[in-house]
Amino acid sequence: MHGLSQRRLVLRLSLMTVVMFAFGFALVPLYDVMCQAFGINGKTAGQYQGSQVSDPSRSIRVQFMSTNASDMVWEFHAKADQIEVNPGAVNQMVFIARNPTGRSMTAQAVPSITPAEAAAYFHKTECFCFSQQVLQPGERIEMPVRFIVDRDLPAHVKHLTLAYTLFDITARQPPVARLTAEDVQGAR
Amino acid sequence: MSAVIDEHGHGHEHVHGPAKGLMRWVLTTNHKDIGTMYLWFSFTMFLLGGSFAMVIRAELFQPGLQIVEPAFFNQMTTMHGLIMVFGAVMPAFVGLANWMIPLMIGAPDMALPRMNNFSFWLLPAAFLLLVSTLFSPGGGPNFGWTFYAPLSTTYAPESVTFFIFAIHLMGISSIMGAINVIATILNLRAPGMTLMKMPLFVWTWLITAFLLIAVMPVLAGVVTMMLMDIHFGTSFFSAAGGGDPVLFQHVFWFFGHPEVYIMILPAFGAVSSIIPAFSRKPLFGYTSMVYATGAIAFLSFIVWAHHMFVVGVPVVGELFFMYATMLIAVPTGVKVFNWVSTMWQGALTFETPMLFAVAFVILFTIGGFSGLMLAIAPADFQYHDTYFVVAHFHYVLVPGAIFGIFASAYYWLPKWTGHMYDETLGKLHFWLSFIGMNMAFFPMHFVGLAGMPRRVPDYNLQFADFNMVSSIGAFTFGATQIFFLFIVIKCIRGGEPAPAKPWDGAEGLEWSVPSPAPYHTFQTPPEVK
Repeated sequence: MHGLSQRRLVLRLSLMTVVMFAFGFALVPLYDVMCQAFGINGKTAGQYQGSQVSDPSRSIRVQFMSTNASDMVWEFHAKADQIEVNPGAVNQMVFIARNPTGRSMTAQAVPSITPAEAAAYFHKTECFCFSQQVLQPGERIEMPVRFIVDRDLPAHVKHLTLAYTLFDITARQPPVARLTAEDVQGAR
Repeated sequence: MSAVIDEHGHGHEHVHGPAKGLMRWVLTTNHKDIGTMYLWFSFTMFLLGGSFAMVIRAELFQPGLQIVEPAFFNQMTTMHGLIMVFGAVMPAFVGLANWMIPLMIGAPDMALPRMNNFSFWLLPAAFLLLVSTLFSPGGGPNFGWTFYAPLSTTYAPESVTFFIFAIHLMGISSIMGAINVIATILNLRAPGMTLMKMPLFVWTWLITAFLLIAVMPVLAGVVTMMLMDIHFGTSFFSAAGGGDPVLFQHVFWFFGHPEVYIMILPAFGAVSSIIPAFSRKPLFGYTSMVYATGAIAFLSFIVWAHHMFVVGVPVVGELFFMYATMLIAVPTGVKVFNWVSTMWQGALTFETPMLFAVAFVILFTIGGFSGLMLAIAPADFQYHDTYFVVAHFHYVLVPGAIFGIFASAYYWLPKWTGHMYDETLGKLHFWLSFIGMNMAFFPMHFVGLAGMPRRVPDYNLQFADFNMVSSIGAFTFGATQIFFLFIVIKCIRGGEPAPAKPWDGAEGLEWSVPSPAPYHTFQTPPEVK
């Protein structure tokens, strides 16, 4: 026999297996942290608390896209296709959603920024994506999003796109409903 | 086989033969029996996965839809990949490990014989479950062997749950096999067999076993997340609930890239025994071989995102993964250099194992070079999901893993069966495989560069001729493997009796025991000088 006794060796190897199984799951929060820290994958952070001074010398074109995920039947669009904004200034855009069906439905919007490198410089101070939308049959709502484009946005970025995908989560309501507002924000 | 079976020998220490009948195989804890079962199981899966490949190539023989429905075609590509990776290549190497590692290090058996039996018998259950999904309503897995979410979650057929359970069973089997290999190598070496005296097959398997323990649990994790997304309302991979489908690809390829080295490192080890034997020279650069294997294993953990260049990885990430991937060419180059240097000025003869080993070196290198091309992030935007990728990974897996297994099988068949295989037939098997394989996969480089997408049952007319050549090559390669079955059966049933050491240049403890290897070997450890 060399080195460790058989029992201890097998125990250590089994422990390694368990640790790696846990590591697989640890990749999930790690991935979100990495995406937010480096602003990769177009993922935007949660609610922005800071404020900035407007920079009137620079103008950025922000385009808005609204997409329905498969099986989603709501009417969903932004009031304008694009606006010109100054970095640092607080801007607002209103999105409109209408539930054309005969039943009550719940939706969740998921934002994404293109180019992905700009995601870290796009701050939302208020967004309908921070919560879920419940619409009664035929109901229509106006949903505001307030945002600041950071003054430190790299100079070569002249315009960026904010895209929302709207998911029908009526069926998954029970598990999602248990999440608190903070959970949902954290995941954004 | 031992001539006398002592019916009352159980419980005694003296040598006795195997039990009789079917229960011998069900209950056996003998490393040679289990190794044999692994090898036969793997060959069965090789033929099954191969027959799925024949369906794919038959459909692609001509443009247009001829033979199967697109939905079934998708099931064929998925099952072909899953069965070849998890059913054919991995169990074949575990079988070789079971047979050869105790013989190579002078151990009486594997360290954990009962667990060994359990790891094997999980596999037939797992694959029965997996293959049975083909007959279920909605069909079997159709999302590709990489089972990307949401194809494998939101849009998966009902049978996906069985697929997940099958993957769990395979993972448990692999992990137990890996623990067994490590325990055997670290604890059961004969006196004097220091780590740096171990044959390279043992070294590469030791490193492979650590790779398995590191990544198979991650695979189990990713399918568990799928299971929870499908049945328990979680949202790991569903954007609607705050998850992200791209996360799936990260977790999958964190497993998937080390996995490709799991399928090739043991072949590196076997070839590192075979080339010196038929060059009649010791292996050139043994120490550098060991370190190169370790380096490849380490690098395999930090390159996974090169499979995902087109999902939107930031430029810095693409550069990192591109350079890290290219870095793997360095230790791999060391290995190829050492094999060629071993042959340099050697007294070469080209028996079947050597033919497969030399073809391995040449063709694996071609596969390595196309891998370098794919590693170039901007070029990969063009190559991604084309037949160029299919050509690349078949060049590293068929003449890499599979030829390594064939070379090992021919090299050690005399030790296993006590008979020499038919050399003429072996060479014929080699040349037909060599020609068939190159005919099948070389044209895929061209159609891939011209833009033919993979996993599609139909294609543009411009790709017609090359695809017909590919299909003819694939049919040749496929039929040739039935011929291999014939050669092996012929060798088991008879043939020229093999001496203990049938290859005059071979080195290693396995040649110090008679051929066929007795049921029990090295019950007193040999002395290694």
